[in-house]
Amino acid sequence: MNNYSSILPLKLENVDYSAGGKKLIKDMSCQFEAGRKYVVIGPNGAGKTLLLRLSHGLIKPDTGKVNWGGPKGKNPKSAQAMVSQRSVMLRRSAYDNIDYALSVRGVKRSLRPDLINTVIDRTGLRRVAHKYAPVLSLGEQQRLAIARAWVLKPEVLFLDEPTASLDPPATHSIEELIGEISAEGTTVIMTCHDLGQAKRLATDVLFMFRGRLKEMAPAEQFFSKPNNDLAQAFIEGHLIWWKRRPDPDDAQILEN
Amino acid sequence: MDDLWQAFFKAISLVVTLDEQLLEIVWLSLRLSLTAVGIALVIGLPLGAVLALTRFPGRRILNVIINVFMGLPPVVVGLFVYLLLSRSGPFGVLGLLFTPTAMILAQVILVVPIVTAISRQVLEELYSEYDELLRSLDASWFRRITALVWDAKFSLTTAGLAGFGRAISEVGAVMIVGGNIDHLTRVMTTAIALEARKGDLTMALSLGIVLMTVALGVNLVAYTITESAKKRHTR
Amino acid sequence: MLKNNFHLFLSTLLLAFSLGTIKPAVAESIILASTTSTQNSGLFDHILPVFTKDTGITVNVVAVGTGAALKLARNGDADILMVHHKTSEETFVKDGFGVERFDLMHNDFVLVGPDNDPADIKNTKNIVNALKQIEKKQSPFLSRGDDSGTNKRELELWYEAGFDPKSISGGWYRETGSGMGATLNTAVAMQGYALTDRATWLSYKNKQNMKVLFEGDKRLFNQYGIIVVNPDKYPHIKIKAANRFVSWLLSPKGQSLIASYKVSGEQLFTPDAVK
Repeated sequence: MNNYSSILPLKLENVDYSAGGKKLIKDMSCQFEAGRKYVVIGPNGAGKTLLLRLSHGLIKPDTGKVNWGGPKGKNPKSAQAMVSQRSVMLRRSAYDNIDYALSVRGVKRSLRPDLINTVIDRTGLRRVAHKYAPVLSLGEQQRLAIARAWVLKPEVLFLDEPTASLDPPATHSIEELIGEISAEGTTVIMTCHDLGQAKRLATDVLFMFRGRLKEMAPAEQFFSKPNNDLAQAFIEGHLIWWKRRPDPDDAQILEN
Repeated sequence: MDDLWQAFFKAISLVVTLDEQLLEIVWLSLRLSLTAVGIALVIGLPLGAVLALTRFPGRRILNVIINVFMGLPPVVVGLFVYLLLSRSGPFGVLGLLFTPTAMILAQVILVVPIVTAISRQVLEELYSEYDELLRSLDASWFRRITALVWDAKFSLTTAGLAGFGRAISEVGAVMIVGGNIDHLTRVMTTAIALEARKGDLTMALSLGIVLMTVALGVNLVAYTITESAKKRHTR
Repeated sequence: MLKNNFHLFLSTLLLAFSLGTIKPAVAESIILASTTSTQNSGLFDHILPVFTKDTGITVNVVAVGTGAALKLARNGDADILMVHHKTSEETFVKDGFGVERFDLMHNDFVLVGPDNDPADIKNTKNIVNALKQIEKKQSPFLSRGDDSGTNKRELELWYEAGFDPKSISGGWYRETGSGMGATLNTAVAMQGYALTDRATWLSYKNKQNMKVLFEGDKRLFNQYGIIVVNPDKYPHIKIKAANRFVSWLLSPKGQSLIASYKVSGEQLFTPDAVK
């Protein structure tokens, strides 16, 4: 990772995003630094996925800015990669999926086999490397998606609920891989549903609720002493729901 | 019914004895139609890809127009190409009228709309699947198109086969621009028309049977290739 | 691995068919615009190979209706014109599209119909009366309706008989808009009458119960002419080869070859140039 032309820090400034007539991200500002593992948590509908998509550039904010660091000329996309909850598999073998990612980045053909085989071994896909990707198991597909992202040596890796559809053994392998990737210097920004996973993986936590960033803090601090009532309630396992009235920004907390 | 049986046996005898005239006609028909389909794929696949992937004003209208052109009457296309290639026409100097090249041109015009429409449909569907991944990887347009076309190659062979069907079976266009000249521009369909005109219905029918068999043969070849490729590919 | 196989397949295909479109080195060739009836008679298969053997020149025949043949020649898309409608041919030369017109050969038209002859034309004295009987009986009559030489002659005969059958087309008088063979097919199917040139009739293979019911009237005389397209109008015309073909046809050898063409023992065409 060449830090001279790093694309971090990533700064979101007053970002708004609406769709279907509803404001889904409200006045969001935050900053991501290199080398950390950010986990975004919050109930469904909080806007976690949207945050990732806005950051990665798949959608554009209505107002506000998404600013990457780095020299003006550098295309920030080239140093990022993303893994979704159900990643799209190209209709080719696992090996060819990874090869495609490298070819898009313009990596020379002669250099690719080594890179691909390395990442295949590290994600445990050796046995299925030449199998048709769409028929792999969900766990294998997610590992392939990670391999496909990892081979690009991204500075920032976005993961959107990567283990939501997986069973515990598969989840474990994915979490291990995320750990390895982070150890190599990639900044991880991921969303998740599972508090346990957040506790296991995060160095920093973002708590979102109904389109707003309610709190952002280092993990230890967040889990022991959250500043926010809602965050506290969420950590304790309460279901934070609200009545669907015109504009209630307050929420009612239901005792479990 | 007698006629049909007679025609059937005649067809077999023509094939078994490797009748020279028949072989000449069949070979020309295949050469022309396969070449025309090849060219039409080179034009129609990228065109279909562009229509599938891009959004521009008038795109919907263009889609409708292409669908309409799928039903172009071959005779009309033949007349149009004749007017272009006639010595009194704009491209007369090329001297292409009454040559196989003119026939290929006419067939290309007939086949391109089919290939375009089918490939657009196929690629649009695949694109909606691949869209986010391709944008996430920041792939260039060229790379997106090649990935889509390559991954959709099995569905796209349908486009090629549909085009081939249209090319090999049409008679109106090749009759006009080819002239049905013996040993030069006589293909299966124009030969059938000739025999029917002469009143030799048995011969016409038997040639028809041979034509359908040839078309069946081509489809079978395509089928086996794609099936075996699919098997290896989708293990 | 799959990629390689598929690529190999594709490139073989491309190679094969680019080879397919290479023009083989041809000897000289000329384009003859003629009519479907002449082609259907089989005359060309009989005489052209001999010409090619003698001169090395290939004659490519484009056979369409007389009207279409005239149009092709007018557009310069043929080197030679051979049709059988004298007035149109003379206009063609007068308008400057042809060099000179020669009488080539002749045959005649005949009236064919079902063997039970419902309009009883077998015993009529001339063709005009025969047509009048058909009209009186309103028996089905099939016309080519395609502006061909045969069609033009047929209409002239109807006008002589006193009416314009096109005005009542669709009733007992039906126009097929097709060539002679197709029209005969329809006549056989409908058991109707039709005017056809003898040559086509003799080589027509679907006669079933139909027969020649009237022939011999001098109005049924069918004259074929041959014209070289004018190179002053169309410089690309292969004038030397075309002239060679015409003089060969009009030579004793060509003319006797035409006379020698027989179907079922009957001579189809009578040459004109050499008596």
